[in-house]
Amino acid sequence: MSAPTSATEPLLSVRDLVQEFVVRGAGGTKGGVVQAVSGVSFDIMPGETLGIVGETGSGKSTLARAVLQAPHPKSGSVTFRGADLTQLRGAKLLQARRHMQFVWQDPFGSLDPKWRVRSIVEEPLIAYKDGDRAARRKRVDELLDLVGLDPERYASRHPRELSGGQAQRVAIARAVALNPSLLICDEAVSSLDVLIQAQVLNLFERLRRELGLSYLFIAHDLALVKQVSDRVGVMYLGMFCEVGPGELVYKQPLHPYTRALLDSIPSTEPGAGRATVTIKGEPPSPIDPPSGCRFRTRCPRATDQCALEVPPPRELAPGHLVACHHPLTEPAPAETPSAPATAPAQG
Amino acid sequence: MSGLPATDALLVVEDLRVAFAAGGREVRAVDGVGYQVDAGRTLAIIGESGSGKTVGCRAIMGLLPGNAAISGSARLRGTEMIGLSDSELRRHRGQDMAMIFQDPARSLNPTMRVGAQITEAITTHRKVSKSEARAQAIELLRLVRIPAAERRFHDYPHQLSGGMRQRIMIAMALACRPKLLIADEATTALDVTTQAQIMELLLELQAELGMGLILISHDLGLAASYADEVVVMYAGKIVEQAPAKRLFGAGGTVKMRYTRALLDAIPLLERPAHADLPVVGGRPPDPTALPVGCSFAPRCPAVEDDCRAKEPALAEHAAGHRWACYHPCENGVSA
Repeated sequence: MSAPTSATEPLLSVRDLVQEFVVRGAGGTKGGVVQAVSGVSFDIMPGETLGIVGETGSGKSTLARAVLQAPHPKSGSVTFRGADLTQLRGAKLLQARRHMQFVWQDPFGSLDPKWRVRSIVEEPLIAYKDGDRAARRKRVDELLDLVGLDPERYASRHPRELSGGQAQRVAIARAVALNPSLLICDEAVSSLDVLIQAQVLNLFERLRRELGLSYLFIAHDLALVKQVSDRVGVMYLGMFCEVGPGELVYKQPLHPYTRALLDSIPSTEPGAGRATVTIKGEPPSPIDPPSGCRFRTRCPRATDQCALEVPPPRELAPGHLVACHHPLTEPAPAETPSAPATAPAQG
Repeated sequence: MSGLPATDALLVVEDLRVAFAAGGREVRAVDGVGYQVDAGRTLAIIGESGSGKTVGCRAIMGLLPGNAAISGSARLRGTEMIGLSDSELRRHRGQDMAMIFQDPARSLNPTMRVGAQITEAITTHRKVSKSEARAQAIELLRLVRIPAAERRFHDYPHQLSGGMRQRIMIAMALACRPKLLIADEATTALDVTTQAQIMELLLELQAELGMGLILISHDLGLAASYADEVVVMYAGKIVEQAPAKRLFGAGGTVKMRYTRALLDAIPLLERPAHADLPVVGGRPPDPTALPVGCSFAPRCPAVEDDCRAKEPALAEHAAGHRWACYHPCENGVSA
């Protein structure tokens, strides 16, 4: 739902991406269809970072995997460096995906415990037949240096001999080994202690500056996403409710859900936490999402219209889109809310 | 740390030490920790992984393995908890103190309906009939604001969301109305909106039941929002301790540079995108080979020779505010 923001070609262009999974009931009968991602569109320009926030089950990780074609999405297109990945298979897909790498949440889960750090970082170079043995060795040393690990000390270690932060650095070194243009980070710093997390975030920033990387940065922590992102998309039940420049989304949120997320952040003001609960309940099941606007069952501004019509994305400010019938720029609707009364949503 | 007023004191911990033998070397996981929790008040214990924040509380609960050497004192309503036998501790656990953990999915039995698990928590500690226990369990589900409690009683843990499971854990912990509840990273795995709901629930229950609450967390934001008193731990020791009001917000007077570093490393909405976060390098010291002097000295931006020579003691430098540093921050800011 994002409009191209400049004249240059986007690096990644996702259109109407849909991913669904069939869940089986007892005896293998069709139990329902999980609508994990339901028509998501966005662009990422070269050198740009798009952050995506949302609660558990909002479809953030499914979206990342659908972009990677792991597995292929049900419908929609993913155009990366001019090629539609959804149409590619086998060796062609592998070649096209070479410039798109990823860093997952759990570094120990994504590093082979039996391999040494050197082999882990070298593997993508071997897989894509990049350089001879001596060149690869030199490259691994450079990569470990780049992520702040001394090759002398760390290259021959096993993952279990690393701390969480160091293991995540190894995963990052492996991800940038092939000089990718896009790095997909799915909760890449969420499992790290705050001081180590800051170190890794600064590393991401340095790689962005030095290598001109673009990021698709997925996390549930709003402040974290703001820190690294040029633009931010807010996901709820498989759809974007709001996309826009980071500063705008956080300072002037348009969607009641964005406001609720922002109000839920514990602040470092003493006692400020006492007034943070602004939406009640939990997201409904993506197997049977609400009709119309998917957020309406928890929304303090919901009206009858919200149950009937899916709100289309509207661009209310340059580059700032919202999918809401009653965005926060308008006064709260006077009709009786169809949702149960909740605490007032002003922050 | 002695000489604290014992008026409302629910839990008084003094000089608590926990050591483990690891490969012939001694790991001092908790090294002389003292604090006090009053009824109806909230204490936050903050620190990174391995700082000893969890081990200390597990020692009080009697939940450490047999190879842990525990010394010092932890008096709960005047009764010494350290050194009690397993059966004596079991009487206090649940009745007087209870603990909830980070991962409710792993703390619940996946093969048992949640109602049966809560009922079990009740019948383990109290002599009540089956039907009475069941009624109490449903009452507990209502207490933790689970909608349609009678129906949820028959659900298995996998049928519930993470937030719901954490509510079940809280219901089990509250089964015998403990006086002290220890929440160990209880909201860390939850979404921000769910975290706010669970914290709100804990505070409401605390007010209803007059419980003392210990929040163990790595999140200073959580401590600032919800705690009355804050303890910051590093390498097994308390390095700073003060009322939350004194540490955070406008005019906050953080003294320890470690606390300052923790605060500065939190991504803030106010900070512009792509700005580098102020970081301290390195990582916490190897607990089997602690440096001489201040444990934070190798990472500290304001380290001087005296820091490496002798360890600064935790002392009360201002009313209610203790810190262990020779060169504390001025006006809460790192010089």
